[in-house]
Amino acid sequence: MALITYRQALKDAFSEEIERDENVFIMGEEVAQYNGAYKVTEGLWEKYGDKRLVDAPISEAGFIGLGIGAAMMGLRPVIEMMFFSFVYVAWDQAVNNASSLRYMSGGLLNVPLVIRGPANGGTNVGATHSHTPENLVANFPGLKCVVPVTAADAKGLMKSAIRDNDPVFFMESTILYGEESEVPEDPDFLIPLGKADVKREGTDLSIIAHGRSVLMALAAAKELKKKHNIDAEVVDLRSIRPLDEEAILKSVKKTNRALLVEENKPYCGIGSQISHLIQRRAFDYLDAPVHRISAVDAPAIYSPPLEKAQLPETRVIVREALDMLNVKA
Amino acid sequence: MSTKTAKKKTARKSAAKKSSGSAKKSAPAKKSAPSHTSAADLRRYAAAPVNKAMSKSDKRKAYVDMVRIRKFEQAALQSYQKGKMGGFLHLYIGQEATAIGTCALLGEHDHIITAYRDHGHALAVGMTMNECMAELFGKYTGCSKGKGGSMHFFAPEKRYWGGHGIVGGQTPLGLGIAYALKYKGLKGCCLCFLGDGAVNQGPFHESLNLAGLWDLPMIYVIENNRYSMGTSQDRSSVYPDGGLAQRAEGYRIDWDTAHGENLYEVRAKTMEAIERAHEKSRPTVLEIATYRYYGHSIADANHQKYRTKEEILEYQRNRDPIMVWQRILEEEGILTEDEAKEIENEARNEAKDAIRFADESPFPPESEILTDIYHSVDNPGSHTNQGKIFFNDRLPWE
Repeated sequence: MALITYRQALKDAFSEEIERDENVFIMGEEVAQYNGAYKVTEGLWEKYGDKRLVDAPISEAGFIGLGIGAAMMGLRPVIEMMFFSFVYVAWDQAVNNASSLRYMSGGLLNVPLVIRGPANGGTNVGATHSHTPENLVANFPGLKCVVPVTAADAKGLMKSAIRDNDPVFFMESTILYGEESEVPEDPDFLIPLGKADVKREGTDLSIIAHGRSVLMALAAAKELKKKHNIDAEVVDLRSIRPLDEEAILKSVKKTNRALLVEENKPYCGIGSQISHLIQRRAFDYLDAPVHRISAVDAPAIYSPPLEKAQLPETRVIVREALDMLNVKA
Repeated sequence: MSTKTAKKKTARKSAAKKSSGSAKKSAPAKKSAPSHTSAADLRRYAAAPVNKAMSKSDKRKAYVDMVRIRKFEQAALQSYQKGKMGGFLHLYIGQEATAIGTCALLGEHDHIITAYRDHGHALAVGMTMNECMAELFGKYTGCSKGKGGSMHFFAPEKRYWGGHGIVGGQTPLGLGIAYALKYKGLKGCCLCFLGDGAVNQGPFHESLNLAGLWDLPMIYVIENNRYSMGTSQDRSSVYPDGGLAQRAEGYRIDWDTAHGENLYEVRAKTMEAIERAHEKSRPTVLEIATYRYYGHSIADANHQKYRTKEEILEYQRNRDPIMVWQRILEEEGILTEDEAKEIENEARNEAKDAIRFADESPFPPESEILTDIYHSVDNPGSHTNQGKIFFNDRLPWE
C-alpha cells in the first residue's frame, strides 16, 4: 500500500494500463504537452509520447465520436473531458451513439471507451461548469457510470473501466484530486464496477452516498457518534450503473433507516432511484420514511458562500439524521 | 497583407487547383440542375486506370449490383405500403451508382460508414437481400436481429459500420475508424458517406478539422441529392462556386466533384481519393451530384411540392445511373437489352424471395429486448462487473 493522492492514483492507473495494452490511449484537451488542465496526466506525454497521449482541439463532439469509432475498431480510448459539463456539446456522440451502437447492430460491435473528467460543483465556476450528470448518463441503457471518492477507488475503478468492453463514464472531482488515501500497488488491483463499499459500519441509520458526498457523510457520521452516540453506516455506491442494490438493501435492512445524499439535483436524481428500490424491496424494514439530501434545486450559483450552502454539507446531513431518529439537535 | 496571410492564400489556391482540376468545369451549378455528363466525360473516365482494369464481368456485375439495389428498394416500398414495416424508409433509388461505384473499390483495410439512407451501401458491400429485408420487417433474421431497422444496418465483418440515424453524427465515428487504421499502422481508409444536408452540422466540421490536422485516411463522400429533406441546397447552404466540397479548402483538404450518374467517373474519382488516403494518409472530400426519385423518406408526401415533377422526370429520363450504365455497356458490346431485362427479372425475383423470407421469419422473442446492450451482460464472467444493470421491477411478459 502507498499513501497517494486521487490524482496520482488515476495517473498510475493510466500508466499501468498504457503499458499493459497497446490499444490504450488518452485523448483530450491539454492532456499531453500541457500536462492536463488538472495535472491528472502530468508527465505521461513525456513518458509515452504522441501516440498514447493526444492533445485534441476544442471539439468534444469530434473527438468523443472519434473515440467511439476507434473503440469499435478495437482500440481502448480514454477520453478526457476537461470538465464533464463540456460533454453536453457532444451529447449526440456521447449518449446517443455510445449507448446505442451495440444494440442497433444486434451485438455485432462493442464500444470499449472511457469518458472521464471532473464532475463537481463547489469551485465557484458558475452553472455552466458545475454539472454532475451521473443521473443523466445512468438513464441510458448501454452506458456505465462510476463516481469514485477515494484514491484507491479511483485507481481500481479506472483500471476496470479501461479493461471493460462497454462505454464507461468516469466522474471525478477537482476537489478530490489532492486527497490522499492508501492504495494497493498491485498492477492488477481492480474494483468491479457495480460494487458498493461500506465506508463506515453502523446500526442506527444508513447514509447512502456517492462521490464527494461520501466525505460529508463520513464527517456527519463522526459527529453523530461524538455528539449523540448515534452509529451511522455510510454506504458508498461508487458505481451508479451497474448499481449494487444488494449492498443498499443489506444496510437498510440492518439499520431500518435510509438517508440518501448526493451532490446532484433532487429531481430524477440518483436518490429517486435508490428511494424507489428501498420502498419496493425493504418496505417492511423501514422505521422512517427515506430522506434525501441533494444540491439545492437551482442552477449552480457562483457566489462562493452561497454555493457552499447550495451543496450538501455535513451540518445538513446531521440535521436530517437527527430528524429521522427523532433526536433533538 | 502580411506574409502569413499571403502564404495561406497561396496554399489554398494550390490545394484547390491540385484537387479540383478538370472537375471544376463540371461542378454542380448553383441554381439549375447539374449539367449532364457529356459524351466526352464518359470516354475520359472510361480511360481511367481503375476503369480500364475492369473486366467485362466486372462491368456486368456493376450493372447487376445497381439493379439489385433498385429492385430491393422497390420491393421494400411495396411492403412498406402494405404495412409490413414500421418507422421510416429512406429510399436510395436514383443514387445507385454512388454506392456501387465507391464500395466496389474497397480493399481489405478499407471501411465504410454511412447515414440513414443505407440500404444501397449495405447491398454494395455484400450484405444479402434477405438479412436486409428481414431487418426492415423487424425480424429476428435481420442483420441487426430487428433491433436497428431501416436506418441502422450493420455488418462489421464486411467492414460496414452502419447505418446512422442522426444527420452528420456518423462523421466523427468514421474519423475514429480512420484514426484506428492509422494507429494500427494499416494501409486503409474510411469511406464516410453523408448527404448534402449533413454539411451544415457541427460534428462534420469538427471531423473535417481533425482529419486535416491529423492526416487521417478519411474520404467524405457527400451524396448531394439536392435536398436536405424538403429544403433545397440553395435554401440551406452557402457554398463556394465549386460546390459544397469546396468548403474542404478551409481545412486544407483536397476535394473533388463527380457526376453521380456516371459510374466510370465515380470510380475514377473515388480511386484518386483512396490512393491519397493509402499513399499519403490524407483526407478527401468528394461531392457526388446525384438525385433521389422518392421523398426524403416514404413519409415525405410533399416531395413533389418542393420540386417539380419535370425536375424528377428530367433526371429519370436523361441521367438515371442504371440507364446510363446500361447504354455504356450496350455501346461497349457487353450487355444486350435482353440480357438487361433478364438481369432485372432475376433481381426482382431475388427481392421477391427476400420478402417471402422476411415475411416467414419470426420476430425476435421478447427476451431479446434485453440483450446486445452491454458486452459484459452478454458475455458473463469476462468482466469485472457485478451489481444490477437493468432496472425493471417486473418485466411485462413475466
